[in-house]
Amino acid sequence: MRAVDALMECLKAEGVDVVFGLPGGANLPTYDAFYDAGIRHILVRHEAGGGHAAEGYAKATGKVGVSLGTSGPGATNLVTPICDAMMDSVPLVFLTGQVQTHLLGTDGFQEADTIGITMPIVKHSFMIRHPLEIPRTLHEAFHIARSGRPGPVVVDIPSDLSRADIPYEPVSDVHLPGYQPTTDGNQKQIRLAAKALANARRPVIYAGGGVVDAASELRELATADRFPVTCTLMGLGSFPAPHEQWLGMLGMHGTRTANYAMDEADLIVAIGARFDDRITGKISEFAPRAKFIHIDIDPAEISKNVPAHIPIVGDARNILPRLTTEYRALSADRSRLEEWWSRIATWQERHPLRYEDTDDGEIKPQYMIQALYEATGGAAIVTSDVGQHQMWAAQFYDFPMPRRWINSGGLGTMGFGLPAAMGAQVGCPDQTVVCIAGDGSVQMNMQELATCAQEGIPIKVFIMNNGYLGMVRQWQELFWDRRYSHVDMGQWPDFVKVADAYGATGMRLRDKDTLVRDMRAALATPGPVLVDVRVTREENTYPMIPAGQAARDMVG
Amino acid sequence: MTPVGEPATQEVLSLDDLNAAVGLRTGRKHVLAILVENKPGVLTRITGLFARRGFNIDTLAVGPTDDETVSRITLTLDGAVAPIDQVTKQLHKLVNVLKIRDLDPGEMLARELAMFKVSADGAARAEVMQICEIFRAKVVDVTKRSLVLEVTGTCDKVDAFEALVRPFGLIEMARTGEIAISRGRAET
Ligand SMILES: Cc1ncc(C[n+]2csc(CCOP(=O)(O)OP(=O)(O)O)c2C)c(N)n1
Ligand SMILES: [Mg+2]
Repeated sequence: MRAVDALMECLKAEGVDVVFGLPGGANLPTYDAFYDAGIRHILVRHEAGGGHAAEGYAKATGKVGVSLGTSGPGATNLVTPICDAMMDSVPLVFLTGQVQTHLLGTDGFQEADTIGITMPIVKHSFMIRHPLEIPRTLHEAFHIARSGRPGPVVVDIPSDLSRADIPYEPVSDVHLPGYQPTTDGNQKQIRLAAKALANARRPVIYAGGGVVDAASELRELATADRFPVTCTLMGLGSFPAPHEQWLGMLGMHGTRTANYAMDEADLIVAIGARFDDRITGKISEFAPRAKFIHIDIDPAEISKNVPAHIPIVGDARNILPRLTTEYRALSADRSRLEEWWSRIATWQERHPLRYEDTDDGEIKPQYMIQALYEATGGAAIVTSDVGQHQMWAAQFYDFPMPRRWINSGGLGTMGFGLPAAMGAQVGCPDQTVVCIAGDGSVQMNMQELATCAQEGIPIKVFIMNNGYLGMVRQWQELFWDRRYSHVDMGQWPDFVKVADAYGATGMRLRDKDTLVRDMRAALATPGPVLVDVRVTREENTYPMIPAGQAARDMVG
Repeated sequence: MTPVGEPATQEVLSLDDLNAAVGLRTGRKHVLAILVENKPGVLTRITGLFARRGFNIDTLAVGPTDDETVSRITLTLDGAVAPIDQVTKQLHKLVNVLKIRDLDPGEMLARELAMFKVSADGAARAEVMQICEIFRAKVVDVTKRSLVLEVTGTCDKVDAFEALVRPFGLIEMARTGEIAISRGRAET
């Protein structure tokens, strides 16, 4: 059998039902195999769109996403999604074509050192050197991508090797002696953590993207007492919002309540979170009174940025139930948290998320998110791009469960939202999938509307159109003396015409009074829809911890 | 830290008793013995990791082991500059890294090989040879106006040797960087 046909068998054995890609010379053999392999292949219009679509698919379903590109420019176009998946721990396998082995190292046509270029931004990568390696390598790639802390794996396949004939035998096990992620938390540490919790008077649970598959376990722990919970941008939905113990998101554009609670906490339980600078702000002033329990499957995250007092390495799904049991056994005095909660309640009362609405019919961007929440009944899978609209979406759309909020957190990749929505919709055909896009960001991967039209992928894209690279404009306004250098995008393009040209439905909404109704109409329209929502041009995302400052310095 | 009691006891543990487990800088030199899969690109993954994370490598030596599928890397770095704990954890994340030992300074034998080319004629020559004798260094090449000296030993010994021969006119030198192994029967 040809190695590429074996490759198709491996993909099927891994449960792959869809891949996103674009062919070229070096992966022609693979594409020949796709012709009748019985695996759905979605032809994207740019490899980056395919990579982000695979991310959206993986984030929405929890399964490994697969994305393909040819050698050279095909592979370099995948660099952004690879890096994005690395930063946000998304399980992905990238299959890149490579020039024939005799051309390797000769600067052959469309040769790029894909393994070298991507080395710093992959969980692991494989260069195929012999056709017989293909099946085993593929299974190893999937195993690495999905286990431990998930991440992207690149498999680079020279075209002559992929068309070689090999005897194919299904591979039933992988052998990776240097790769053994720890999943079981240490019992002694868990016990110590329970004791610390029982003695804490101002505890906070701070949960990140690592907790999306342990949401019910998180809720059990939090409600074993009245532990206040905050999530990072990546963790939203892991704790159901709204909820009486929910403080809102923390970090640069988090709620004052969440940030103040971190600031005054005596014990912080970090779960699947990595103390990114957008969370800590000025690190020397971050949570100055707190001791830290840090639970993470990646030991390298523990004490990387903030030294942990009780480190626990392992899978949150394994650790949290045991921690809850240990905690319950201590029958701690629940009343000890009353003072803490009354403090929190003061902040909640004094500093709710707010904005100044207008009554002249203008659509405030925050209101746009609230309207979309209402129009979708809070029940959609929401993807977003990067910028102000992303932060407002995170603030004003309440996510009741994980894998409903899909965005680019670590890398902050403009152009992520639309293709990610496409992938999420393919993975969850029965759900409403909406993308909250920026007018700047959406132009970076708008070409995938053609893919959506051709494949009948009915995503609903709502562009928060402020005519600006808004988040940059905000920084220029606040920190650069209002010198608006190259952030005004004016009236271009005409998104309704763009939608039309791509075979999608275009709409333009400017009226606040009918916004919810109009959004419902857009959601009810079959096929892909691109909605240009005109919002207040110069509005700032608040509250905000200016970069490099502390929670106490929140403005707005 | 107060000892941890049995679960379900009501013994109080004060949060004040908790200490962060990890000191970020140890302040001393570390010698890491790293066993890796002998595959193309593995060294690049390691050096790339160091460069990317801003960890400074002092010396690096790579060679085969008794198992042809495994290579051994000896890497020395300064624990005053590099967060050793973080370095080893990041190294462990590389799929091709099989084992890492941060060798205990009291329990290891470390050696480096160095070659020095010095200009030495007439009276100077005898003096250089005397230094060699003290350091058990060998003269491996002689011309009318130069000597090539070979010395092995710990990094400190080689440093000392270098300091002594340099004044005679050091033309060039080559050092391998340390390799190290643990004392006693047990495998590193
Ligand atoms: C690929 C890329 N280039 C540049 C940036 C820097 N950047 C961050 S937010 C932003 C503005 C995005 O504008 P838009 O999509 O219109 O969103 P808005 O902030 O206006 O809501 C820019 C340029 C980025 N995050 N990604
Ligand atoms: Mg904008």
